[in-house]
Amino acid sequence: MNTVVMESLEPLVAGLRSDGFTVVGPTVRDGAIRFAELSHSAQLPAGRGDDQQPGHYRLTERGDELMFGFAASPDSAKRYTQPPRQALFRMRGAEVEETRSQAPRIALLGVRACDLAAIAVQDRVFLGGRHPDPAYRERREALFLIAVNCAVPGGTCFCVSMGTGPKATAGFDLALTELSAPHRFLVETGSERGAEVVAPLPHRPATGDDVTAAEEVSRVAATRMGRQVDTDNIQERLAEARDSPRWTEVASRCLACTNCTMVCPTCFCTTVEDATDFGGGQAERTEVWDSCFTLDFSEVAGSPVRGSGSARYRQWLTHKFSTWFDQFGVSGCVGCGRCITWCPTGIDVTEELGCIL
Amino acid sequence: MTARPAATRRRPRLAVWKFASCDGCQLTVLDCEDELLAIAAEVEIAYFLEASSATGRGPYDLSLVEGSITTPADLRRIRHVRRVSKRLVTIGACATAGGIQALRDFADVREFASIIYARPDYIATLERSTPISAHVPVDFELRGCPIDGRQLLEVISAFLAGRRPCVPAHSVCVECKARGNVCVMVAHGTPCLGPVTQAGCGALCPAFNRGCYGCFGPMESPNTRALNAQLRELGMSTPELVRVYRTFNATEEPFRQASEEAGDDA
Repeated sequence: MNTVVMESLEPLVAGLRSDGFTVVGPTVRDGAIRFAELSHSAQLPAGRGDDQQPGHYRLTERGDELMFGFAASPDSAKRYTQPPRQALFRMRGAEVEETRSQAPRIALLGVRACDLAAIAVQDRVFLGGRHPDPAYRERREALFLIAVNCAVPGGTCFCVSMGTGPKATAGFDLALTELSAPHRFLVETGSERGAEVVAPLPHRPATGDDVTAAEEVSRVAATRMGRQVDTDNIQERLAEARDSPRWTEVASRCLACTNCTMVCPTCFCTTVEDATDFGGGQAERTEVWDSCFTLDFSEVAGSPVRGSGSARYRQWLTHKFSTWFDQFGVSGCVGCGRCITWCPTGIDVTEELGCIL
Repeated sequence: MTARPAATRRRPRLAVWKFASCDGCQLTVLDCEDELLAIAAEVEIAYFLEASSATGRGPYDLSLVEGSITTPADLRRIRHVRRVSKRLVTIGACATAGGIQALRDFADVREFASIIYARPDYIATLERSTPISAHVPVDFELRGCPIDGRQLLEVISAFLAGRRPCVPAHSVCVECKARGNVCVMVAHGTPCLGPVTQAGCGALCPAFNRGCYGCFGPMESPNTRALNAQLRELGMSTPELVRVYRTFNATEEPFRQASEEAGDDA
């Protein structure tokens, strides 16, 4: 793996844009650090951080030069790998017409190790097995991933427990580690595409000091996890906890609002909506994000299988941490902490696991 | 297969009725400007006083009913509307839940009348403001104050195709996240009824950094007790909590209960 140092990200952003990529990266918007299209590296949230707690997110002023001194953003890569709405096909009479649009070429700047792990999970879901999803494949292939190794994990992070971070080890085109004094970026290339992008940009070879400093960033970050989960024998322990009274207790605080599943980078459930025109000659099918917390989700023969909040919470949590292994061979949770931060009532999955197990 | 030209077949006949309401939902029908011609090609707009003084006689294939029942005359008229309508769809919070005027249910309407009117004895009004479904069978209830134009078009096209309308009963949060909004409650500390409110508006208020006002009424499984605890954390007082549920859908049972519980918990 080739490792170099860049003094500035501006040439990278400009280079990707001139290569025809839409560069999407973190920027301050609506009181949060969010993914949005970037035209310049100056739009990165230099000196800004975040305070993340269960049901709580606030922007902070760090007073330093770090452009990536924050944890997981409210958006994950899911918005780009699996958009909230996608047209599937249109029918005119009996004729079927594909309505899939061409996948946009997006360079996603600032994905974290947990996000890369989540994309790897999605790859298994959508591309593994006997029915790979061609639309997902197109979007995935059009995506250029620039990881950033976490320097400042958030209060709801637990990637160390899930074995997914904080350092990105695979699945990226480029991986950056932001270093201080002087401000610079250690750049690792993870793909041929990544190397081609870096080659014409201003850079110098990394020294031993650069590499040591980057290792130290990841080492320190690993000690700053806001949360932890004991994953030993978690499948067996969860199966035994099927009748725990905690499911009912947590349901008393759960709004079944679906926020946890919407912000989760691996939750992939969708439903389809069919629309017809007024003349009745044309119909369209659209895939939209769905959630196991809605009643429609488990409706069979006119009523939901999981009618109670406790049944729905149990379904979600046991799928994430246990039956996902049976289904896809990996954990459904990558430890990003989004479900904790963005739960309006602050339900903390790590705390629930601690009580249930 | 091609659709038959509209001229050679009988178009379904549409009527739009008004009861106690502000006309905002009827205006939403008229606001569907881009689709109105397509609708008019497929249905005969036979009775719609907000749009035309022409009054085609019944029966009607589809009646859209706006407004709640608040007078003895309304009571008689809604039975007539039901008799002359094959399908009856209520549009908006008034027709579906009693509307803002159902706040009278929490007080004495005769006392209101005595304060407002010089001759309250001229006022023939009912004790309560009630939804259409309290009086006649309703085929579908479309929520919102006002209704959402996209959802209305969906209901009309579903009616024409003879299928169930796709109008989900889950929370506003689903469409809020799909739209890409930041949660105003979590990121800004802004009280929001989105988690207990039915989707349909496209998460309009949170998209402009406002909390949800609950215009579409309670979602399918509202946990208002859990939300109230959080709203108190965010600094809402008991009177504010009671009031936040007493707007356009105040007498919908989960919201009525939520406002009463908020008062009780104080």
